[in-house]
Amino acid sequence: MSSSTAINAYQPKTRVGRVTNFVDSRVGGSGMVKEFGRKIFPDHWTFMFGEVALYTFVILLISGTFLTFFFDPSMAETHYDGSYLPLRGVEMSVAYASSLDISFDVRGGLFMRQVHHWSALLFVAANAVHMLRVFFTGAFRRPRELNWVVGTTLLIMGLAAGFTGYSLPDDLLSGNGLRIIDGVVKSIPVVGTYISFFLFGGEFPGTAIIGRLYVLHILLIPAVILLLIGMHLFMVVIHKHTQYPGPGRTNTNVVGYPVGPVYAAKAGGFFFIVFGIVAAISAAFTINPIWNYGPYDPSPVSAGTQPDWYIGWVDGALRLMPGTVGNWDFEWNIPFPWGVNTLSLNVLFPALVPAGIVFTLMLAWPWIESWVTKDKREHHLLDRPRNAPTRTGVGVAGVVFYCVMWAAASSDLIATHFLVSLNDVTYWLRILVVVGPIIGFMIARRVALALQRKDREIALHGRETGRIVRLPHGEFIEVHEPVDEYKRYQLVSFESPQVYAPVADANGHVSRSEKLRSRASRFFFEDRVAPVTPSELTAAHSGHHGEIAGAQDRESIASH
Amino acid sequence: MADNSHGSPDTSVTVATPGQGGVDTFTNPGLPPHRPRLADTDPRAEKRAERQVALLFFISVLGTLLFFFAYFFIPLNDTIEQLRLQNLALGLGTAFAMLGIGVGIVHWAKTLMPDHELTEERHAVTDEKDRAEAEQIVGTILDESGIKRRPLIRNTLIGAALLAPLPAIAIFRDLGPLPGDALKHTFWDAGMRLTRDPSGTPIKASDVTVGSAFHVIPEGLNEAENKLEEKAKAVVLLMRLDPESLNPSEGREDWGYDGIVAYSKICTHVGCPVALYEQQTHHLLCPCHQSTFDLEQECKVIFGPAARPLPQLPIDVDDEGYLIARSDFQEPVGPSFWERG
Amino acid sequence: MKALSQRRRHPLAAIALLLMALLMVGGIYSAASSANQAQAQTESFSANDAEEGEKLFAANCASCHGLGASGSSAGPSLVGVGAASVDFQVGSGRMPLQMDGPQAQVKPVQFTEEQTRQLAAYVATLGAGPAIPDEEILDASEGDPANGGELFRVNCAMCHNAAAAGGALTRGKFAPSLEGSSEKHIYEAMVTGPQNMPVFNDANISPEDKRDVIAFLKTIEEQGSPGGADLGSLGPVSEGLFIWVAGLGVVIAFTVWLTSRSS
Repeated sequence: MSSSTAINAYQPKTRVGRVTNFVDSRVGGSGMVKEFGRKIFPDHWTFMFGEVALYTFVILLISGTFLTFFFDPSMAETHYDGSYLPLRGVEMSVAYASSLDISFDVRGGLFMRQVHHWSALLFVAANAVHMLRVFFTGAFRRPRELNWVVGTTLLIMGLAAGFTGYSLPDDLLSGNGLRIIDGVVKSIPVVGTYISFFLFGGEFPGTAIIGRLYVLHILLIPAVILLLIGMHLFMVVIHKHTQYPGPGRTNTNVVGYPVGPVYAAKAGGFFFIVFGIVAAISAAFTINPIWNYGPYDPSPVSAGTQPDWYIGWVDGALRLMPGTVGNWDFEWNIPFPWGVNTLSLNVLFPALVPAGIVFTLMLAWPWIESWVTKDKREHHLLDRPRNAPTRTGVGVAGVVFYCVMWAAASSDLIATHFLVSLNDVTYWLRILVVVGPIIGFMIARRVALALQRKDREIALHGRETGRIVRLPHGEFIEVHEPVDEYKRYQLVSFESPQVYAPVADANGHVSRSEKLRSRASRFFFEDRVAPVTPSELTAAHSGHHGEIAGAQDRESIASH
Repeated sequence: MADNSHGSPDTSVTVATPGQGGVDTFTNPGLPPHRPRLADTDPRAEKRAERQVALLFFISVLGTLLFFFAYFFIPLNDTIEQLRLQNLALGLGTAFAMLGIGVGIVHWAKTLMPDHELTEERHAVTDEKDRAEAEQIVGTILDESGIKRRPLIRNTLIGAALLAPLPAIAIFRDLGPLPGDALKHTFWDAGMRLTRDPSGTPIKASDVTVGSAFHVIPEGLNEAENKLEEKAKAVVLLMRLDPESLNPSEGREDWGYDGIVAYSKICTHVGCPVALYEQQTHHLLCPCHQSTFDLEQECKVIFGPAARPLPQLPIDVDDEGYLIARSDFQEPVGPSFWERG
Repeated sequence: MKALSQRRRHPLAAIALLLMALLMVGGIYSAASSANQAQAQTESFSANDAEEGEKLFAANCASCHGLGASGSSAGPSLVGVGAASVDFQVGSGRMPLQMDGPQAQVKPVQFTEEQTRQLAAYVATLGAGPAIPDEEILDASEGDPANGGELFRVNCAMCHNAAAAGGALTRGKFAPSLEGSSEKHIYEAMVTGPQNMPVFNDANISPEDKRDVIAFLKTIEEQGSPGGADLGSLGPVSEGLFIWVAGLGVVIAFTVWLTSRSS
C-alpha cells in the first residue's frame, strides 16, 4: 500500500478528479487535456465549412453502414418481386433489386438512402467551399502548404467516393454513367482497351464491376479519406488555426474561444445541426429516384443523363468538345509499322485536360504564389479577398471555368427550360469556357481593387452618412462619420506587395528566371492599392477644406 | 463631392509613397472592449435563455418520439403515399431530434457560457535547435548504417526494392481476360433476323412504315449466354425513310431495303445509346453528349463530340418477308479504342 | 422597433423560420399532384360531321394546309394522316399553329370538342389513317405498368426522360413532358408520330402494349415520388443545384448564427 502511494502521490478531491486520476494513471491523458482543454480557436462563419465536410462524412459513415447491411452488390440476374408495382416481374440485377428493397421494403431504408446521397452531395460541396475559403483568404501559405495538398487530395478522394457510390445501384442512369467511363477508358492510348477489360472483368458491362466498385466504395476509399482527415486535423492542431486580421489579432497570436467549453459546445452542437439539416432535406426531397430509371440495360437511355454535380464538369467538357472542326477530325488513325492505331482526342482531351489543369494548378498554387512574391514567411493572418486582387481573380476564373462546364453538362436542360436551341447553348458555352474565366478574372480583380479603394475612403474620410448639411459660411457638405480606431485598423492592416524588380547576380547578369519572376510580379501587383498610413490620415484630417465633417464642423452642425 | 477623390489611391501616387515597412503603419489597438450580453447583466434574460435551451432539448425528445411513432405506426401497405408519409415523418423526427440538441447546445454556448475572447501565443512548429539536433541524429543513423560507404549494398537494395512491388501489380492480371478481337465483332451474323427489343419477336419489312423507328436486337440474343455484353454491342435502330432521301455511297446501295435502314445504336463517341430519332429531319441525337448524326448522309456526324459515323448494319428480307442481317457490322461498333485501326 | 429587431435576431426565430420554410416547401411539393380524367368519347362520325368539319377546315386550316388539305409551302398535306392526328394536334392545342418555330407549342385549345371531332371526321374522309382510339384500349387500369415501363424505357425514355419529364432535341425542338397528357393523346401521339416523333404503329407496339405504356405513365404520375418532392424529376443536375442553393444556404445561415455574438 505504501509503495503504491509512493507511485501515485496525487490524491484527487473531487469526483471528476477521481475519474481523471483513474484514466490518467492508466493510459495518460492529462497532457492531452492540458494541451487541448483550453486551446484557442478563432470564430468566424467561414471557418465552419471544414466542419461541415467532416460532419457530413460522419453521417455518410453512419448511413452507409446501415445501407451495407441490406445492399447486395451482385450482378446476378433476378426478377423483382418487391412492392414497387411498376417494376414487378422485371428482370434486373440483384444489386438493383436490393436497392429497390432498401427503398420500398426496409422501414427507414428510403430515408437512409436519401440521407446518404444528400450528405454525399453536401460533403463534396462543403469540401469545395472550404477550399475556396482557404484559397481566397490565402490560408494555404506557409506553413500550411502541405495541408492544402492533403485537402486537395481529400477532395479528389471525395470525387472518387461519390462516383463509385453513384454506380452501385446498377440502375439505368448509373449504368450509362459507367458506359461513358468505359468509353473514356477505351480512348486511352495503348493500354485503354486492356484497362477496360480488366476493370469490367471482360467486356462491358460484365458481372464484376459493381462488386469491385463496392469494395472501393466501402473499404478502400473511406479508409484513405479517414487517414487523410487524420493528417489534415493533426496539421491543423500543429499550425493552430489562421485568423482574420483585426484589432488585437497579430501574426503571432490566436484570438478566439477556448475549446472547453465554448468551442467544443459550438462544434459539437453544429454536428447535430448539420445532421438535422440533412435529415430535413431527406425527409422532404427525393434524391436519385432509382425506381424511375429502371434496371441497367445497354439498349435504353433516359433524356437528361448526367452525373452528380461534382463529376458534371467532366461530362460537360465531353459535351463541349467538337469531334470535327471543319475538315479537321479529332480522331486520328495513325499508321505504325505494325498497323494502324486509333487515337481519339475528341474523348481523351476533354476527359483529362480540364481536370488536369484545375488539379495541377490547385496543387501547385502555394508554390507558384510564393515564387512570384518571394514571400517565404509564415502567415497566420488571413488576407481579406479584396486585399489580394490577382489571387481573387484567379480563384473566380477557376469557379467560372467550373460553372461553365457544369452548365454544359446541363445543356439539354437549359435548352428545354429556357426554350432555346440545344445547339446554340453548346456554341455559346464553347465560347464561354474560354472567354468566361478571363472575363471573370478581370471583373473580380477590378471589383477587389474598387473595394480596396472604398476601404481607403472609409479609413481616411469616414463613413458616408447621407446627411447633407449647410455650413455657417454657406457651403454644403455631406457629413462623414469617422470610423473608430478598431474598425480603422481592420481597414488598414494589410500588406500590399509591390512589383518585384529583377535583381542582377554577382556578374551583373539578370537571369531568365528573375526576368520571368519580375514579369509575373507585374501581372500580380501592377495594379495595387496601398493601405492608408498614419501620415496620410493626418493629412486628410488637416485637409484644407472639410470634405469630412471635422470635429468643429460637427459641433457647429449640432448647435444648429 | 468631387473632393472625395482627393487623396484617393491614384496608383502612381501610392506606389511613389509606399506606407510599407513598419515605419509609417498603424499600431494594433488591441482587442475592442468587451460588450456584455443581455444574459450577463439581466438575471431574467439569463433565466429565459436557460429555459429556451431546455425547451430546445425537449423539442429533440419530441422529434425522437415522432421517429418511433412513424417507424412503428405508419405501416408500409404497398402504397407510395404511405411510404412518402413515413419517409417524411421519419425524416422530420430525426431532423427535430438533431436540430433540437444542436441548436440547444449552441444557444447555451452563445448565451450562457463566457464570451470573452481569449488570446494565445503561437509557437514555432519546431525550434531551430531541435532541427539541428534531428539533422545530426539522422546523420549519425546514416553513418552507422554505412549505407553511404557501401554503394554495393545501397544499389542492390534499391534494385530489389524497385522490383519487389511488381508482383503486386502483376497479380491483378486476372481481373479480366485480354481483349482479343472481342470488340471487333458482334452477335450479328448473315441471315439472322432483326427482332424487337425487348420481346425478341421478328419484324416484317411491311411492319416498318415510313416515319417509324424500331429498337432492334438480333434474333436469339435474349437466350444468349452473355446477354448484356452482346446487347451492349448489338443494339440497332431501324427506320424507314423515303428511299429518295437516302444517299448511299458506292458499295452500300444494297445495305438497306426499300428505304429501311439499320444503324448501330451505340454512339461512336463514348458509347451511349443514340436512340433519339427525329423523323422529319432524319437526325439521330445522342442524349448523353448531343452528338448528332444525319441519316441522309449515312449517319455522318453533323454536330457534337463524336468524330465517326454510326456503323450501318446491312439488311435484307428473307422469303417470309422478315428483315434479316446480310452480315455482321463491317467495322467495330461503339467508342474508339487504340487497336481499332 | 427595437423589440421587433431583437425578436428577429432571436436565435430560435431563425431556426423556426428555416424549419417552417423547409416544411412548407416539402409539404407543398409532396401534396401537389394533378389528377387526370380520361376523356370519354366514342368515335363514329356521321356525314354531317365531315361536312361541318370541311367548313371549319376551310375557314381555319386551309391557309396553311391548302384547300382540300393537299398541303402548301406553309404546311404539310393532311391526306392520310387520319382522325387521330387531327384529334391530337387540335385537341392538345398544338394546332392551329400560333407562330412558326422549331415545333408546334402547346397552348389553350382553340376548338370545342365537337368542332375537333368534326375536323377529325373531315380529314379522315381524305384518306385512310390512324383512327381515334377506342376508350377500351385507353383504360389504364387494365394495363400492366411493369411491361409498359420496360417498353417506355426502350422506346420513349431517351427523348421523354425515364420519368416522362421531357427532354431536348436538336435546334430548339424538344420532347415534351408527358405529365398531364390524357390517355387518348398519348395513344394518338404513338400511332401518328406528331412533329419529329417517330411513328409507333401497331406492328411495332401492339395496342395492348400501348395501353401498358399508358398504364405505366399514369401509375408514376398518380403515385408521385416516394421520397418527397421530385425536384422536376430532372436527375442529378436539379439535385446538385438544390444542395448548392438550398442545402448550403441553410448551412451558411446556421454558421452565421453560430458565430455571431449573442445580443
